[in-house]
Amino acid sequence: MNILLEILYLFIFPGFLFILGFGLFAEYMDRKIYARIQRRVGPPFLQPLADTIKLMAKEDFVPEKADKLILTLVPIFSLAAVIAAFLYIPVVSANSLYSFEGDLIVALYLLMIPTLALFLGGWYSGNIFGQEGGMRVASLLFSYEIPFFLALLVPALISGTWDMTGIVLYMNNHWLVFPFIFLGFVIAVISLQGKLERLPFDIPEAETEIVAGPLAEFSGRRLALLRLARDAEMVVGAGLIAVVFLGGPEPLISIEPHYISWIIGALVFLLKTLFVIFLLILMKSAVARIRVDQMVNFTYKWLIPLSLLQMLLVIVVRFGGWLP
Amino acid sequence: MKMPGKMLPKIFGFIFKKPVTVLYPKERLTPPKGLRGKMKFHLERCIHCGLCSHDCPSGACTMQLITGDKKQPVFDLDFCTFCAQCEEVCPKDAIEMTTEFELAHYKRGEAIVK
Amino acid sequence: MIWLANVKIPIGPQHPALKEPENFTITLDGEKVVDADIRIGYTHRGIEKLIETRNYIQNLYLIERICGICSFTHTQNYVQNVETILNIQIPRRAEYIRTLFLELERLHSHLLWMGVAGHEIGFDTLFMYTWQDRELVQDILEFISGNRVNYAMNTIGGVRRDISEDQKKKILETMIYLEKRAAYYKEVAVNEKTILARCQGVGILKPEIALKLSAVGPTARASGVDVDIRRDDPHAAYADTPFQVITTDTCDVFGRFVVRVLELFESINIIRHLMNNLPTGEIKAKAPRKVPEGEAISHTEAPRGEDIHYLRSNGTDKPERYKVRTPTMANLLSISEMLKGTYLADVPIIVAGIDPCMGCMDRVLVLKEGKENQPGYLLDWEHLRRYGIQWYAEKGGRIQ
Repeated sequence: MNILLEILYLFIFPGFLFILGFGLFAEYMDRKIYARIQRRVGPPFLQPLADTIKLMAKEDFVPEKADKLILTLVPIFSLAAVIAAFLYIPVVSANSLYSFEGDLIVALYLLMIPTLALFLGGWYSGNIFGQEGGMRVASLLFSYEIPFFLALLVPALISGTWDMTGIVLYMNNHWLVFPFIFLGFVIAVISLQGKLERLPFDIPEAETEIVAGPLAEFSGRRLALLRLARDAEMVVGAGLIAVVFLGGPEPLISIEPHYISWIIGALVFLLKTLFVIFLLILMKSAVARIRVDQMVNFTYKWLIPLSLLQMLLVIVVRFGGWLP
Repeated sequence: MKMPGKMLPKIFGFIFKKPVTVLYPKERLTPPKGLRGKMKFHLERCIHCGLCSHDCPSGACTMQLITGDKKQPVFDLDFCTFCAQCEEVCPKDAIEMTTEFELAHYKRGEAIVK
Repeated sequence: MIWLANVKIPIGPQHPALKEPENFTITLDGEKVVDADIRIGYTHRGIEKLIETRNYIQNLYLIERICGICSFTHTQNYVQNVETILNIQIPRRAEYIRTLFLELERLHSHLLWMGVAGHEIGFDTLFMYTWQDRELVQDILEFISGNRVNYAMNTIGGVRRDISEDQKKKILETMIYLEKRAAYYKEVAVNEKTILARCQGVGILKPEIALKLSAVGPTARASGVDVDIRRDDPHAAYADTPFQVITTDTCDVFGRFVVRVLELFESINIIRHLMNNLPTGEIKAKAPRKVPEGEAISHTEAPRGEDIHYLRSNGTDKPERYKVRTPTMANLLSISEMLKGTYLADVPIIVAGIDPCMGCMDRVLVLKEGKENQPGYLLDWEHLRRYGIQWYAEKGGRIQ
């Protein structure tokens, strides 16, 4: 592999810069559509970037009782993990640069790190609201991770590979299987909402209850990085769903030279990701925040049994030989 | 069965509609005719009775010597609550409320009506 | 969760759930509230003392500022008191206009409450929609009185501005729209699963406890206590206005939601009735500036409940003593009862459930003087300043 291309891949196009830009754009879209739904004007286009720059310039303050090292490491680890997860997602064509058998699992695990880091950040912030929020993060972790994992394994099961490249290729050749995994798609979107701590599952940082929860003691650069990590996580989570359920980057027609089909593939991927984010925004705007016990009830009573049912359906369909 | 997302149909329609709020400095709403804004003082009608400053609830209206030998009311809008009691109590209608409401300023004492 | 047993969480004085500074110290066992301690007095403004230093006309506008939301009901109480002592007759038209304002105020207060309640349970879309409709009510108020809040409309002996045909038409038009919106909110409140999940069975206040803790207004009516000053002791033009008193027996936050939504319909109907039967004639009776010696007490149904004012005059143009008991004061005690045994997540919606207006309520702060470096130790201003400088100097100094 050309070293220059690798650097380009890591830092510019699907890597660092692109993910941050796309994350900020997703935040803009989130805020703008949310505002329009509420009949407000909403922020201007560069507002998320301006917010980030402003936060970067603010005083970086760590309270006396907080653990300075952990409060520094938490945002860095979150952002790093999210960006690392993005590297495995095929963006321009079915082949991603670091694709290997089982990269879906690695991406899922990397996406879990921000949550754990947030728990640590809340716990060591020395703030009672932060600790309460950290506790909520920890106690809710499994209630959305389990259905998310189960739902994302459904496409892997149906296509018979743990490799995202393989899943993308399979999905594009077998469009008609989508009705069979539609339930899994819905479950994945709902649990992604929980993973991103957005309404109705923004229990860990419910601002009217525990102020901002784990984020309470983060300020300045740390908060800016955490917010970037959150934006990037939204994009990566949505992208993951778009790849495994909706077929990811698919140029539909292959055009020479191949970089044109790459551009088309990237655009298709962006559109699919934005569609998933749009679903997340719609969900956020139409509901009230639920309580911890209600969320645990909801996931264990509905989401997990339904995702198991979905897996059973897929196994029956696949091994019964009824696949279209 | 009661489902979450009761408002979704309505919400969906609002995405493409014009928002109800406006971006203020670019677009301004006109206030209604009877708005109590910045007052206008007609010195020629004033009989220097001092009723306005006597009844002013916030101390915005004080009687001061500006020109001539009689005290006249001076309104400091920093203190004014725009209740228009001075307008009502004035026996000669020398005080009049206009609809001007954009009265923000940087320093104390910049918004004084004489 | 042993490590989080009996943690004390301070909700307030500064907290996003509370719009005004009051302190609720919540003792938690995991997520459950074991005990709640309320400490009030952070927004004491000394209004009652201030009233004694001003004349009766000036006091109109001071008393209006006891509350920003239900300002008209406070002036209504005040002018009723003064008019009782002066013994003057108010023109019927003025009575009707006053009632109109009381009801418009109830409309916008209830819409505001619904938005705040929505915000407390994280439903910001509902918050934006109700506040958008509240703007329409405020537009009417601005159109009639010239001010959006603190209307400066009431005066001793009547009202200050008349209602023209134009304004009447606009009010009736807006009422048609608001009725549609209220119907929509009713539908949403009763059918949206997440609202039900957050409101039903939360903040239970049994009727007998509500009576014992002297709850008033929608809080009491949601607990099945059938009280409404508008019907029990009609003031202004309520005596010849037909309306129903809404009560529910669910005793929870959801009941308070429903009571307020249904009261929107009642208010709209009352406004329609008033506008269609508006008597002609004067809007103001002449009132003297000095008030003879006497005492009066008056109560009205504010949007939040019963509001009581007491006035003692001494023959000059200034009151001798004025006392206000706002509805929040009466409802506040029931909060600590409602909070026990609930989840931490329910605290904001329960506190917001009574529609608290802390700034109206805080009257007096009693401090027991403690010894030096003990809780309750009082510092004078100079002492506090020196202490502050020293404290920052020890920290490395932000103040030089």
